[in-house]
Amino acid sequence: MSDLTNLPIAAMRDGLNRKDFSAKELAEAHIRAVEGARTLNAFTVETPERALAAADAADKDFAAGTAKPLSGIPLGIKDLFCTEGVETSASSNILKGFVPQYESTISARLFADGAGMLGKLNLDEFAMGSSTETSACGDTINPWRAADGRNLVPGGSSGGSSTAVAARLVAGATGTDTGGSIRQPAAFTGITGFKPTYGRCSRWGTVAFASSLDQAGPMARDVRDCAILLQSMAGFDAKDSTSLELPVPDFEAALTGDLLGKRVGIPREYAIDNIPADITALWEAGRAMLRDAGAEIVDISLPHTKYALPTYYIIAPAEASSNLARYDGVRYGQRETPDGGNLIDMYEATRSAGFGDEVKRRIMIGTYVLSAGYYDAYYLQAQKVRTLIKRDFEQAFRECDVILTPTAPSAAFPLAEKMDDPVSMYLNDVFCVPASLAGLPAMSVPVGLNADGLPLGLQLIGDALDEEGLFNAGYALERAAGFSAQPEKWW
Amino acid sequence: MSVDADTVRKIAHLARIKLPDERVEPMMNELNNILDWVEQLREVDTADVEPTTAVIANRLRWREDEVTDGNVQEKVLANAPKPLHGFFAVPKVIE
Amino acid sequence: MSNYRIEGETGEWEVVIGLEIHAQVTTKAKLFSGAATDFGAEPNTQVSLVDAAMPGMLPVINGEAVRQAVRTGVALNCEIHKWSRFDRKNYFYADLPQGYQISQFAHPIVGEGEILVEPEGGEPATIGIERIHLEQDAGKSIHDQSPEFSLVDLNRSGVALMEIVSKPDMRSPAEAGAYVRKLRSILRYVGSCDGNMDQGSMRADVNVSVRKPGGALGTRTECKNVNSVRFVEAAIAYEAQRQVEVLESGGTVNQETRLFDPARMETRPLRSKEEAHDYRYFPDPDLLPLVFDDAYVEECRKTLPELPDTKRMRYIEQLEISPYNAAVLTAEQETAAYFELLLNETALKQGKDAKDVGKAAANWVISDLFGALNSEGKSITESPISAAQGAELLALVADGTLSGRLAKDVFAIMLETGDDPGKIVEERGMKQVSDTGAIEAEIAKVLEANADKVDQYRGGKDKLFGFFVGQTMKATKGQANPAVVNELLKKALDG
Ligand SMILES: [Mg+2]
Ligand SMILES: [Zn+2]
Repeated sequence: MSDLTNLPIAAMRDGLNRKDFSAKELAEAHIRAVEGARTLNAFTVETPERALAAADAADKDFAAGTAKPLSGIPLGIKDLFCTEGVETSASSNILKGFVPQYESTISARLFADGAGMLGKLNLDEFAMGSSTETSACGDTINPWRAADGRNLVPGGSSGGSSTAVAARLVAGATGTDTGGSIRQPAAFTGITGFKPTYGRCSRWGTVAFASSLDQAGPMARDVRDCAILLQSMAGFDAKDSTSLELPVPDFEAALTGDLLGKRVGIPREYAIDNIPADITALWEAGRAMLRDAGAEIVDISLPHTKYALPTYYIIAPAEASSNLARYDGVRYGQRETPDGGNLIDMYEATRSAGFGDEVKRRIMIGTYVLSAGYYDAYYLQAQKVRTLIKRDFEQAFRECDVILTPTAPSAAFPLAEKMDDPVSMYLNDVFCVPASLAGLPAMSVPVGLNADGLPLGLQLIGDALDEEGLFNAGYALERAAGFSAQPEKWW
Repeated sequence: MSVDADTVRKIAHLARIKLPDERVEPMMNELNNILDWVEQLREVDTADVEPTTAVIANRLRWREDEVTDGNVQEKVLANAPKPLHGFFAVPKVIE
Repeated sequence: MSNYRIEGETGEWEVVIGLEIHAQVTTKAKLFSGAATDFGAEPNTQVSLVDAAMPGMLPVINGEAVRQAVRTGVALNCEIHKWSRFDRKNYFYADLPQGYQISQFAHPIVGEGEILVEPEGGEPATIGIERIHLEQDAGKSIHDQSPEFSLVDLNRSGVALMEIVSKPDMRSPAEAGAYVRKLRSILRYVGSCDGNMDQGSMRADVNVSVRKPGGALGTRTECKNVNSVRFVEAAIAYEAQRQVEVLESGGTVNQETRLFDPARMETRPLRSKEEAHDYRYFPDPDLLPLVFDDAYVEECRKTLPELPDTKRMRYIEQLEISPYNAAVLTAEQETAAYFELLLNETALKQGKDAKDVGKAAANWVISDLFGALNSEGKSITESPISAAQGAELLALVADGTLSGRLAKDVFAIMLETGDDPGKIVEERGMKQVSDTGAIEAEIAKVLEANADKVDQYRGGKDKLFGFFVGQTMKATKGQANPAVVNELLKKALDG
């Protein structure tokens, strides 16, 4: 990898401002990196022409002194964000060939701030998965390899994003997080991923998975880069009824690294069985790092933690079963019509051919838990437990300012290892899902390597709307951890 | 609660997903696996608990009654598998 | 309560009717998108990417639809729910792009209320309203344009509807017809729906069951989208008869959705809709609860016009207009508006109280104006005679400028030319003559020319008096004041 692609966004911004290099040079370096990394299958669509066009515009702006916050920064966009004129398939066969006639609010904001797009990034089909193996566009490979040389998953669903950032193919990427889809892949690839408070980032133009949980967020090299990207992504959008009509704080300004007077909560219920020792050790090391940064460590309790995952696996599929009803072969996407088939035959054939197994499974579960006679026992009960989970956090944040947990219960695992056992795959998100259900901001920071040399991350959860406090805690953790490992280039 | 093969067929039809006969039993087992696992939620006492409506405090904003959109027939039909005279065509429905 | 009964072979049957009226809310834009709602546009033009359910599109509610639903609820004396919620009703159909309809299932914006109906020739009845909720309309599938395909137009997709659900309180086709008419009238007064049934702005889902009088409720059928009052009545009559025949021949009524075929005036089962419905309602996670306060409801209440029942009572009590005339004048808001304008102008022109000119104004509108408009197939809003012109005409009669007969002639000319009555009278010299001198001169001429008849009259043939009146009127070209003519003739003949 070249020196240019190895720079964090903050350094790219400085270099461009100083005219150490041009946006065009920066774009070209990344385009070469993308072309050289096709083995990783991080992209569903490459758009070098868009990156170059943005670079040209950026160079003009730098010359004219009218540069914008992200002028010349080449990004990857998760293929869940609709991009005008560029195929958006959500890594599903059912949307193959779909070319949106509109730009998602998130990508539009990034482009308006001068960023370029290197391409669309692979994901689990409709963001349903934790390994990017449910993608209809093939598996994405983690740039980190197991000691025995086996290929590993990059996490998911934002696995194309995590891989592209970790392999230095893009300066940063967008992700979406419904139950850990930014944080878990970030942890699996040694990068930083940030999920803001529900409602900070507009959902308009982003293919929906589970509306009450979906949140966009940045994935990047480090905490500062995430702050820079979120600054552009976040903000009120009148087109999304759940968008928060609040001013966006200056996230980068919050990065002092000083945690004096802050209390870091350690939820005892997160100490679950069967967690590898190196993760438990990392979590303990994290406490010490934050204590060194001035924080007080306090024990807290989140009593309903163990119910979070089953709650999530009722609510998310229920919403998904309804959100995905629009993929019916009538207005866009693929259509299958059996010979002599009627409208219902067309629906059934289209959806059977278009959706992969995991998506079908979740649509089936979601349909079942909403159906007559089962709604109260499953969906309604889950929404009530969700209230209890939210209350747990409200209680906890009376005793602490930020919560520290592991991000995932393991490091990246080999491809195909968990594909036959949905429930064991779901357990990947056991630490991420509670914050999702409560709508809270949360991030994963890379903190160390395990015995096999694979990256591990810790999760920080902030109180609602306290992205500044969360960013600063992440920054303190990042400085203390000094994580600088990178995957060795083998692709 | 667990689902039987007939229920699986019924759910698949409600969801408009064609399920070949040989997929019914595997799907039934997969669903029951998941349902058995989520079953633990029943032990939570939620007698006086309201279901979550808005996860972060927020209020519904109302739009002004103004025509600000539409007149984009080309965009609406741009991705249609079978556009016909400005309509979306689907297999004929007999009422 | 109606005593409408179906005479079956096993005795009398009672009909139980409930109506779900879908009323298009008068808004410029759709319920959850900014696309227009006008009728009759080219296919798929009044469609936003939201209405077409493109991936990632989200609903944002139109505040005007909320306001109109609240105003309607207040007008129907309903409970207003300050906290309501949108649910998704999930089912697959080609003209339902999202695969669900955004509706209000568990928590509608408007709750129970009632409405007074007076079926023609029947007893007045109070019909309960169960609820009113806001929801999206679906698109339209056209099945007869192509041999191979059904064609989908999404122009209506997402248009704001109020679904007004009655209690099963109606017992005859006439009661149901009166209910729809009354509801339509109130919605039009409120301005929340234009009530245009031809264009589908108001459609009724008709639920019908039959039972032995006072017995347990029978199984009901639902006829969807019936689009005129006449058809609602016909569908009920047909369906009730059919159900009685089914039951009396030992069969059972299926709970099913049926279609009313206006060409054959009959109902039949709908073939295309799916078998067992399981709508899997759940709160729409793209929206938040719909919340407002008492002050908002008050604001809505303040913008309501005087409603037909109140107005009618006022006409009867304060203007002393007959109950029948009052009902006719208040049935449609436009008629009442015309009448009140006419009334005010008339009172002003004649310097009288409204109550002293009410009857004359009411009679003129109902017999003269409606008669003329009906024969030309025009509505009151298309009247060539404005309320001000009508008032001027009435004033000309009241001050003796025009006789009743002359007024009819002037009215005919006004209809044709649209001219003011004063101008017509002036230009055509149609003023009534009350000048006794001029009339006496004409009378003298008439008596002189008919000396023989004068003798006969004086000899006791009283009936000839009418002849002299006619001759005098003819001589004055009909402009003589008939009362004056009468008086002077009497004087001249009887001495
Ligand atoms: Mg209905
Ligand atoms: Zn309805």
